[in-house]
Amino acid sequence: MMSDNVIVTQALSKSYGSAEAVRGLNLSVGQNRITAFLGRNGAGKSTTIKMLLGMVRPSAGSGTVLGKQITDAEENRELRRRVAYVAEDKPLYGYMTVEQTIRFARSFYRDWRADVEKKLLENYQLPLRRKVKMLSKGMRTKLALLLAFARRPELLILDEPSEGLDPVGVEHFLQALVGRSAEGVSVFFSSHQIAEVERVADQVCILEKGCLLVDASLDQLRQFYRRIDLVFSSTPPEREFRITGVERIQTTGRQMSVFASKNAEAVVERAHDLNAVSVEVVPVGLRDIFLETVKEN
Amino acid sequence: MYLYSGTVTAMFFKLTPTSGQPLYLQLMQQIRHAAETGALKDGDQLPGIRTLAEELVVSPNTVAKAYSELEHEGLLELRQGSGAFVCVKRRTRSLTDQVHLARRRIRELIQRLRDDGLLDEEIRRAFEAELLYPAEIARKR
Repeated sequence: MMSDNVIVTQALSKSYGSAEAVRGLNLSVGQNRITAFLGRNGAGKSTTIKMLLGMVRPSAGSGTVLGKQITDAEENRELRRRVAYVAEDKPLYGYMTVEQTIRFARSFYRDWRADVEKKLLENYQLPLRRKVKMLSKGMRTKLALLLAFARRPELLILDEPSEGLDPVGVEHFLQALVGRSAEGVSVFFSSHQIAEVERVADQVCILEKGCLLVDASLDQLRQFYRRIDLVFSSTPPEREFRITGVERIQTTGRQMSVFASKNAEAVVERAHDLNAVSVEVVPVGLRDIFLETVKEN
Repeated sequence: MYLYSGTVTAMFFKLTPTSGQPLYLQLMQQIRHAAETGALKDGDQLPGIRTLAEELVVSPNTVAKAYSELEHEGLLELRQGSGAFVCVKRRTRSLTDQVHLARRRIRELIQRLRDDGLLDEEIRRAFEAELLYPAEIARKR
């Protein structure tokens, strides 16, 4: 399943004046996988996505999407035919009705998915005759998602797709996402909704200040990331625990909390060797991993 | 969620994204458990990868991996286009007995711990903490 990569970048960078939005990004996004792109506001996620789609010119570095060079105008045009993109601000024509917008989009794609269109119209309960400019933010998002899902792209790139959706809308969105993935569409989406990412993503990339800090499968994260809470009878020797895989140690009095990205067993063994009076190993959710990762930097 | 002839829906399965265990392993265990307790019977059909992924709202890769690992174990038979079928062999049945026995022992142990004055929450935490050690470390301890 880990076959070719649909997105690859090498040292991709973008500066706006003296501000570096993206710094030497080496990204690879696997085919037939759902990859989530996390990061704080301003971490460089949207800039990265826009560079991939040829909407922003990189200051340095290179990249390919579906094997096509992102900076080559001709190749970029071709890749954009094979990629469905939902932008953060969901740009649509305000003067068209929902129905007109769908009909307009459908006219561009010969293999438009009428079944998907029908199902999502039902799920999302979009008002067909309402003008787009009169839609609520959530409705606008639903319409933009419908247009992307009803195409037959090889790759879906979604920039904060579930923002503004109500819980029912989120559920329908995730279901549609999973459904397209089952049909072989690769997915790359940025999000702040960690709980959603944790449910559906295969792979997660965490961007912070334009640098990629984590690129791992969720299976790996679940299996290896642990917090080990220790209590000693006297002040614990922190340096004994500075071993491979230990990302962070916090000591308060006789208590110590060790955050490990791997090697939790070695920490536990060491704790027993040092006669810890209490050793508790706790799994770490993606939220904690995210917070610890961005805190460190 | 409903049950119709021979096909099992996702009602058995509940995946917990924050439990510190890969989702495909959780799904494997739950399918195995359903076969061991008899909730899934020989010849029962599981939903296709896409259907189950949509019902559970998880990546299709999660379901595909669980199915293919269980096929290796001999608990599932995957047929092209028609889904996954449960094959419960004798081994699984003897495992059913083992599981019943294990449950009885655990019940007794928990009763003893309660008699010793431990609260259920403390017992649960102790169990969870022990289960988080990989098997090889647990043997060493």
